[in-house]
Amino acid sequence: MTMSSNSPATARGPWELALERLRRDRVAQVCAATILTLVVVALVAPLLARLTGHGPTQQFLDVGLTPEGVPTGPSRAFPLGTDGVGRDLLVRIAYGTRVSLFVGLIASGIAVLVGTGVGIAAGWYGGLTDRVLSRTMDVFLALPFLIFALALVAVVGPSLTISVTVIAMFSWASVARIVRSLTLSIRENEFVQAARVLGAGNARIMFTEILPNVTSTVIVYTTLLIPGAIVAEATLSFLGLSVVPPTPSWGNILADAMAYYKVAWWFVLFPGAALVITTMAFNMLGDSVRDALDPRPDQGAGNTHEVAP
Amino acid sequence: MTTTGDRRDAEPLVRLEHVVKEFRVKSAGIFSRTQERVHAVSDVTLDITRGETLALVGETGCGKSTLARCIVRLHDLTSGRLIFDGQDISTASQAALRPIRRRMQMVFQDPYGSLNPRRRVGSIIGDPFDIHGIAQGAERVRRVQQLMELVGLNPEHYNRFPGDFSGGQRQRVGIARAIALEPDFIVCDEPVSALDVSIQAQILNLLAELQEKRGLTYLFISHDLSVVRHVSDRVAVMYLGAVVEVAPVRALFAHARHPYTRALLSAMPVPAAERIGDHEEIILAGDPPSPMDPPGGCRFHPRCPRATARCATETPSLVPRLADDADHRTACHYPLADGESLLSGRVDGVLEGQT
Repeated sequence: MTMSSNSPATARGPWELALERLRRDRVAQVCAATILTLVVVALVAPLLARLTGHGPTQQFLDVGLTPEGVPTGPSRAFPLGTDGVGRDLLVRIAYGTRVSLFVGLIASGIAVLVGTGVGIAAGWYGGLTDRVLSRTMDVFLALPFLIFALALVAVVGPSLTISVTVIAMFSWASVARIVRSLTLSIRENEFVQAARVLGAGNARIMFTEILPNVTSTVIVYTTLLIPGAIVAEATLSFLGLSVVPPTPSWGNILADAMAYYKVAWWFVLFPGAALVITTMAFNMLGDSVRDALDPRPDQGAGNTHEVAP
Repeated sequence: MTTTGDRRDAEPLVRLEHVVKEFRVKSAGIFSRTQERVHAVSDVTLDITRGETLALVGETGCGKSTLARCIVRLHDLTSGRLIFDGQDISTASQAALRPIRRRMQMVFQDPYGSLNPRRRVGSIIGDPFDIHGIAQGAERVRRVQQLMELVGLNPEHYNRFPGDFSGGQRQRVGIARAIALEPDFIVCDEPVSALDVSIQAQILNLLAELQEKRGLTYLFISHDLSVVRHVSDRVAVMYLGAVVEVAPVRALFAHARHPYTRALLSAMPVPAAERIGDHEEIILAGDPPSPMDPPGGCRFHPRCPRATARCATETPSLVPRLADDADHRTACHYPLADGESLLSGRVDGVLEGQT
């Protein structure tokens, strides 16, 4: 309605159209706003610590605990209550956001880059390259995630780097598989042959002809990969395989809460809610992005919807 | 055509010598896995002269597109030689082909599939400049817009996506891309068959105009004989991977010798006003045999009303028949004389028992 379709120089490509559809999508707006809020929280976590005067690892054994040594509930001084050793949950959850988003984005980012590269190469070159790369994908998809993570941590010790590595290692193969099958169909297009006839080499064809045609799928997949990575990081932290305490992460806060959930509901509810809201926001945004990029009505039954019995 | 051409003019721009292209097909049974071969192109020898339009006709699946893709080396030849301007490129590597690719281009059949839907047309048309490092930045934009104007597109539409254009306009984009490097030779693989009839003429006229301006040589692939008659200088007829008849366009339409050519021509719609007397329509029996297992001898013999035992065993060579000129060659043991009906005149033999 803003631009007439026959004005000469308009060039609204698939991206512009998708963005416009996304802008009209209420759910997408809410999810995007939620994610933006999370990012802001992660960025201003130190500010929050300064404001409340509570450091993320600072213990308030006097005011943060009841005389019996039980965590105190939400109050003026501690808006989200305190944990088992009298630390401010608000500040700790805010710092945990940093870990979750960092691991979620970095691990997914690595997985997507590697997966897209490997997938296009396997699909484009075919033959032996494809066979080797595809079998490698199968191996990574078949490895048990937690057992592998446990074994790795046993050898090198827990750290943020290890959790990023492990999560990326277990995510790239599914991206690669999808990209490979897409590439197999894209390579049969005449525009690929046209590029060949023009003298384009393998690298150019993979970059300029195939990549633009897999990006929309990859973007959708990325938005669905991020919540998975965040949950995986929380799982690793919960098991003590990721961020080393006392540095807070949602996973290790929840692990601490396990001893107190009968007496301190806030200790479980708030970090749990943070995790659920974050995953839901990314998942639902992913669905909206998919609808916006590929607006077909029959796209409902994807692998992202788990059908409850 | 020059009569006093030097040797360079006499030498064909493209020469095919005994070109064979087979595809291996895996047919997996439950217990066995056998490899079969599809004989897409078998033993094609053909010259394409500078400045001419050679049409390649035949029904769907006869191997004409495969042959075209062999010529531009999208397929590797199984055997035979491919000579471009005196240079044997039948086994040249992709890297060695790069300079040749500047001189040899292709226009594709499907105006939808041949343009990347995710890229702007300006960038698509500019690809050749990019790939061969000829022009960048503003210079590239300028040249692309020049090309767009040349093929009848609005240069202001530089930033649009292929999806914003109609089929005819998309084909113009494809043509602009093909002529960007000022090639000598363009393979047109059914460039108008996907277009509306009203648009077909525009694209054909554009191709003719470009040929005149730039002295282009075309290999024009089509199954539409009315189009072929309109655009070509010479016509080669293909059946099941082999060329069965090649002749100047007038000679072919007036004195078709091969029974298959005759049948093909009879299927061509003729305007009522032009229909003279006995327009016989020949409907061939059966389907073309599978290229996996082509018949021996003359490949047309199982469907040919004139076939004899000899046709099943002895492959006819592509040579002038009857009193034809040297440039009218037919691969048939029993060529049709002028005016002879394919249906009436059975030569001497009986139809052998068909398998």
